[in-house]
Amino acid sequence: MSSKNILQTEINDRVAIITLDTPDEKVNKLDEALIEEFSGFLERFKKDESIEGAVLISGKEENFIAGADIEMFKTRDTADELAELSRVGHNILLQIEGSPKPVVAAINGSCMGGGTELALACHYRVVSDHSSTKIGLPEVKLGLLPGMGGTQRLPRLIGIQKALGYMLPGKNMYSYQARKTGFANEVVHRHALRDAAIKAVKKLSGKTIKNPDKRSLFEKILEGNPLGRKIIFSQARKRTLGQTKGNYPAPLKIIESVAYGYEHGLEKGIKNESTLFGELAVSPESRALVQLFFGMTAAKKNPHEDKIRDVKNIGVLGAGLMGSGITEVSIEQGIHVWLKDQSIDDALKGAEAIRKNLDQKVNKRIISGFERDEKLSLIHPTEAYNGFGKIDLVIEAVFEDLNLKQKIVGEIESAGNEQTIFASNTSSLPITDIAAKAKRPENIIGMHYFSPVQKMPLLEIIKTKKTADWVIATAHNIGVKQGKTVIVVNDGPGFYTTRILAPFMNEALLLLEEGASIEQLDKAMKQFGFPVGPVALFDEVGIDVGAHVADVLSDKFETRGAKTSKKARELVEAGYKGRKNRKGFYKYESGSKKKKEVNEEIYSFFGGAERKNFNDDEIQQRLTLMMVNEAVYCLQEGILERAADGDLGAILGLGFPPFLGGPFRYMDHTGVEIIVERMNSLQKEHGDRFKAASLLLDYSKDGKKFHE
Amino acid sequence: MSIHMKSREVAFIDGVRTPFLRAQTDFKNLSAFELGRIAVSGLITKTVLDGNDVDHLYYGNVIQDINTSNIAREITLASGLPDSIPATTVSMACISSNVALTSAMNAILTAQIDGAIVGGVEVMSDIPIRFRKKFRQKLLQTQRYRKATDWLGFFKGLRPSDLLPEIPSISEFSTGETMGQSCDKMTAKFGVTREEQDQFAAQSHRRAAETTEKGLLNDEIIPVSVNGGKTIVKQDNGIRGDTTVEKLSSLKPAFIKPHGTATAGNSSFLTDGASAAFIMEKEAALEKGYKPKAILRAFSYVAQRPGDELLIGPAFAVPKVLDEMNLSMDDIDLFEFHEAFAGQMVTVLKALASDHFAKERLSRKKKVGEVPTEKLNCRGGSLSIGHPFGATGIRLVTTAVNRLIHEDGRFALIAACAAGGQGHALVIERYE
Repeated sequence: MSSKNILQTEINDRVAIITLDTPDEKVNKLDEALIEEFSGFLERFKKDESIEGAVLISGKEENFIAGADIEMFKTRDTADELAELSRVGHNILLQIEGSPKPVVAAINGSCMGGGTELALACHYRVVSDHSSTKIGLPEVKLGLLPGMGGTQRLPRLIGIQKALGYMLPGKNMYSYQARKTGFANEVVHRHALRDAAIKAVKKLSGKTIKNPDKRSLFEKILEGNPLGRKIIFSQARKRTLGQTKGNYPAPLKIIESVAYGYEHGLEKGIKNESTLFGELAVSPESRALVQLFFGMTAAKKNPHEDKIRDVKNIGVLGAGLMGSGITEVSIEQGIHVWLKDQSIDDALKGAEAIRKNLDQKVNKRIISGFERDEKLSLIHPTEAYNGFGKIDLVIEAVFEDLNLKQKIVGEIESAGNEQTIFASNTSSLPITDIAAKAKRPENIIGMHYFSPVQKMPLLEIIKTKKTADWVIATAHNIGVKQGKTVIVVNDGPGFYTTRILAPFMNEALLLLEEGASIEQLDKAMKQFGFPVGPVALFDEVGIDVGAHVADVLSDKFETRGAKTSKKARELVEAGYKGRKNRKGFYKYESGSKKKKEVNEEIYSFFGGAERKNFNDDEIQQRLTLMMVNEAVYCLQEGILERAADGDLGAILGLGFPPFLGGPFRYMDHTGVEIIVERMNSLQKEHGDRFKAASLLLDYSKDGKKFHE
Repeated sequence: MSIHMKSREVAFIDGVRTPFLRAQTDFKNLSAFELGRIAVSGLITKTVLDGNDVDHLYYGNVIQDINTSNIAREITLASGLPDSIPATTVSMACISSNVALTSAMNAILTAQIDGAIVGGVEVMSDIPIRFRKKFRQKLLQTQRYRKATDWLGFFKGLRPSDLLPEIPSISEFSTGETMGQSCDKMTAKFGVTREEQDQFAAQSHRRAAETTEKGLLNDEIIPVSVNGGKTIVKQDNGIRGDTTVEKLSSLKPAFIKPHGTATAGNSSFLTDGASAAFIMEKEAALEKGYKPKAILRAFSYVAQRPGDELLIGPAFAVPKVLDEMNLSMDDIDLFEFHEAFAGQMVTVLKALASDHFAKERLSRKKKVGEVPTEKLNCRGGSLSIGHPFGATGIRLVTTAVNRLIHEDGRFALIAACAAGGQGHALVIERYE
């Protein structure tokens, strides 16, 4: 711990200006040291009659307070201890709120969680209009609720419905919305922030302040009476349950906390909030989400920090959905991208798809029209390799065909320079095979993005035995810049993510063959916590892609005695490709109704229209165990170097339920022996594909866990 | 000037342009800023230039949009180039991007900078239309209004006709004549017939159509997608390959009626388009790994009083630059002249080939020389390809450079006329 203070106080014309500046850190965090210094200040503030009021401002460039320090939660085990932590925070904020002298928050940069709650307890908020300014209560993403008054003060300031709209998804509020909702009393440019806040103190001194009510008339009427509020809360609960399938307690507790506060008043509401916070903080869901957060932070660390090389120009081959997605996340970082396709028309179409996405951001005022133009200029659509000698990194996103990819490696080796990295975005072909005929195999690596690239947070980097360290370091660095959580795995068919997805999807097909219905399969897995059911996923990624993956991997599984379904190939041959050709497990008629309808015709491939009911639990166990067992194989065979990578990859790439913490944490939590038991009984019933991986048996025998 | 400075040479690395489109067609929704940005981004696509190698951007533009009056700077900021590149907008009517180029050449030759992006843009689909002066003044006065009652005086002294907008015409400020009128007078003075003009125009269209068909212009054109990607523009759209002298001869005079000879068919048309090129001091370019296509040697600018010799500038600029280089017409392997009007082109060619003109106007004993038609504007010209005022100059240079390589020539000569009675010429030497 540094001995320097976090808070710097200076008095300017009877106004105390408190600058938050945690020494040696990029951002301010709300931790015990800050709380302690703050209560010390409040003591003096109350007594010192020469001070009229205070301004809270940050000394950091683009950050007010990044939120509570999550390390504080790690050291506390019980709900009571954690609720107590929340109460300590509450006490301070109540002192601020109750102070007869005005306290003004001056916010520039990110203001998250506890930072927002601190601002809410202040009497007045001045917010900068800088693009780095974002305000949010993202606690829900960690399975928590805003435990320092957020569930009480935000709805009272901006209205119940708007507050839930921010708290339930943990969504950010930008300066434009801060002004519109009334969170900000004033919005100014960042260099005027301090002066505006001082003026606000002067203006408020000795007066009672009423914050403007910016709710619509409808909102005022509905939120203004107990019956209306009851409707709001019950609707919110219903919607939340529909989305979370009851797997996440936090959003419901947020609603409960808000409702309680309106029923019993602020004081009791705050006490109740602390209790609920404690309960949530010790829930396994929150613990798993917090672990995930730490895992994602750890994954930012480059494996060979000192070997990163500069990437100025990227080449992307293939301007389809993947190619344009990779281009978009690259230009976002100011990198020039040469987007090549076979014809300039196709390349321009890819660029146009990005323009549409950027236009949407302009419409939502996330970026300006000029900023969109700046980004568009970084896309260089082309149909030739001219100038590729100056490209540092080429990412191919062409059709999944080994010969084609090998041919492209050759083309890039002659068009590029000796340092040009060749990255393949293949989802299944071994990188070693793609590099088989390469002159410079050390430059070849896998960069496996997930669709849609703009939204999916994972990048799976695949290194071969020959891939150079600097190539791994550089690819990793680009991935992190593109906003991805990066895992590095070793090469093999399907690497990690596709490899563990394949048996999961295979099991879904086998269940269909056994007579399960499409609806039940998808519903059961969504209930389990996957965002998309396996059958719908087939349609989304393409049945042809699924069949291709099965082709690549089935040998491997069959040598282990696993039964593999051949249905995907059969369906492709009959013309079923999924959403892309509007022919799949579901119907895709134009102007279709909201609810997706199953394409009953497809059952003719699975023994006819008659379907039977399975136990949801059986479906969930069969699919999940296939996946987690394969994950253990990956660890056993060295595809994965760490179980933590396996957890991140499955959650962020495949939608493995985050509250379960990933395959390895799920096994640890359930108990490795129990997993083995379940596998054994399924093996008896369904055959050797349920044979537990030997590493799993070892762990079970030794009573070991994957995460200590 | 130091010896070191003297040894500096300006290399032309490469140039591009958007397709040139008739105004009010596929580029009509784009602003000059957007089209210019697309050209500069396209130049980066083509050359993979490193923004750190660019020290200045000079950009030509004639009919300015008041929102982007230094359009060069806006384009620089939006083109994925470093923020630290200063940018200058230049204007010299139809030779604006030539001025962009020669300004950069001067800065390179005097060792002020090493590398520059040059070019120009014009969007004739959207020109600023103003209120009349009286109404403008009224509107400006309202800024001083303090009370609501001040507005009562607003309409005082305003007539309904004062509210009509003022559409700018492309006429000479000094003479009040449109360029077409002046050109028509000039051709009459030099005895250029209607038939000669129509023949020249038909040839321009035919050549442009043939080279477009063969794909020879693809090396300089960057395809542009418009209308949300529904339309991909890859070619110029003003070229009429099926035009014949007969068809052209049936058109009525457009400017001087009924006896004039300049028609819509033998005049260049209102065009939207942008161009951009990357030039750099030769040694610096080689050091940074760029392959120069040509060396930009010498240039000249001239001016006469506007009137009946408004567009004859090249006849003065060409001998000036040839003398400086100590070259004769025979040394030139190919010519790229700006075709404002067919009549203007024929006049200039006649003047260059006239002993009389040389004696009377150039104080030379003999004519400057004939421009062989098979060496002149072989890929079409402004009459057929179009003429976005600010952009044409760099089109001429880029085409000339590409032709030097394709036709295996050594020297190319650029010439262009401009409003205000001005003219320009430039000698380019192929780099091997």
